[in-house]
Amino acid sequence: MVRFENVGLRYGMGPEVLRDVSFSIEPQSFQFLTGPSGAGKTTLLRLILLSLRPTRGLIDLFGHDVAGIGKDTLTTLRRRMGVVFQDFRLLEHLTTYENVALPLRVQGRDESSYRAEVVELLRWVGLGERMHVLPPVLSGGEKQRAAIARALIVQPDLLLADEPTGNVDPSLGRRLLRLFVELNKSGTAIVIATHDLALMDQFGGARRLVLGDGRLHIYD
Amino acid sequence: MTQPPERDDQDAADREAPVVRERPLGRNQPLVPAASIAGRALVTVIAIMTFLAGLTAGAAQLVADASAGWRASVAREATIQVRPVPGRPIDQEVARAAAIARATAGIAEVRVFTKEESERLLEPWLGTGLNFEELPVPRILVLRAAPGGRPDFASLRKALTGEVRGATLDDHRVWVERLATMANTIVALAIGVLVLVLSATALAVAFATRGAMAGNREIVEVLHFVGASDSFIAGEFQRQFLRLGLRGGAVGGAAALVFFAIASMAASAWVATPGGSQIEALFGGFSVGVWGFISVALIAVLVALVTAVVSRITVRRTLGGLS
Repeated sequence: MVRFENVGLRYGMGPEVLRDVSFSIEPQSFQFLTGPSGAGKTTLLRLILLSLRPTRGLIDLFGHDVAGIGKDTLTTLRRRMGVVFQDFRLLEHLTTYENVALPLRVQGRDESSYRAEVVELLRWVGLGERMHVLPPVLSGGEKQRAAIARALIVQPDLLLADEPTGNVDPSLGRRLLRLFVELNKSGTAIVIATHDLALMDQFGGARRLVLGDGRLHIYD
Repeated sequence: MTQPPERDDQDAADREAPVVRERPLGRNQPLVPAASIAGRALVTVIAIMTFLAGLTAGAAQLVADASAGWRASVAREATIQVRPVPGRPIDQEVARAAAIARATAGIAEVRVFTKEESERLLEPWLGTGLNFEELPVPRILVLRAAPGGRPDFASLRKALTGEVRGATLDDHRVWVERLATMANTIVALAIGVLVLVLSATALAVAFATRGAMAGNREIVEVLHFVGASDSFIAGEFQRQFLRLGLRGGAVGGAAALVFFAIASMAASAWVATPGGSQIEALFGGFSVGVWGFISVALIAVLVALVTAVVSRITVRRTLGGLS
């Protein structure tokens, strides 16, 4: 699904922030991406999301070498991934419903064709009563769940979550983790970037990708 | 789907005071917020540009109509002037000139100005009460062409020169063709002004689009991450700018139409005066007509389309640059 081989990345003429990173993500797998703050977790996620290009090495995404892909392919590949940002990135002028429906809307689908689907998912993540309101009136936990629902609505093959529990209290963090585990059971490969050791301990069987000094260490 | 997660009770406490702004389903908001675009300023610029372009088009239409009238009059009317020649009775020369003119194909009517009428033509310059007996006053014949007929003025001139002494034919061609050339030049200049106005509008829209993209950078980024293509994002901006363009075009176009309506009414009142009627005789009435109104409406639509297309191109180029 995702394969990195000796990937290196530097910004401008600076030092390499990622060095010789090699790993793969298999379908339906579950892994934590961890490491100290500033280790490059978000950068690695951005490489997978194709919002950054490596300065060296090979990245293969869903069977495509990203070095030579065009914009159309890039869009197609992004549609197979869901992403939950640390700061949610909900569009403030859209309702919860419209935010969650966004990935379907950008595919050009008619609103009536996905309405039931989105409403069902919103109820599933506990936002059934909050679907008509704008993000500024949502709590931190509700925003987080809306962001997760937005990532899930297209039933992605791969879900990337950047510090999904960073803005919520421990009990909500535990509940969100259970949500990710459920998703994984339904067939979605999950990558959760976090430095929350307690969170990782709750799902001790998961694979850990640990970033440190620009290098990646894998603990299966 | 699997079991839904539990609702967190703490959420209720986290919530701010519920100033709940709700919107029903099925009414998707534009992805580019209207408030994030310098909409009012852009609508004003577009309205001013459309107004100026509308005025230019209307003025060009007026001149083009007058030009068409002048061109038609070239083939419609000509004048023979017969100057008195010593030893040749002028009435005979006039009668011969009239006969030659009537015999010319395409001439529908020959009106011979009598001696008194010809003398009266001089009154504006020489005053009244003069004795014209001593003056060699030329005589005038006005020829009117048959509708659709194109008289052969060259042959007529040749015949007159050979058979009538002192006769000259003035078919006004040179004079009217100069006026027509001037009119065409004005129309060409108007088209040039129109192109400049559209270019200025396009530049203003390009700047506004870049500003809107910079202001909505985060939205554009999120749209990319959720799988939006450049074409989709450009379409979202284009839709907003088309709306602004239509609004500005409608305001500017309506202002131009109101201006022409008022000017037309003022001109009709002025035409009642002697000076006004003379100007109307030369330039035609101050009315842009149906085509003038249609061209103003078309310009408003054109400006709106230019706005939409330029915004789309600007977004596509900017997104291309970002990648």
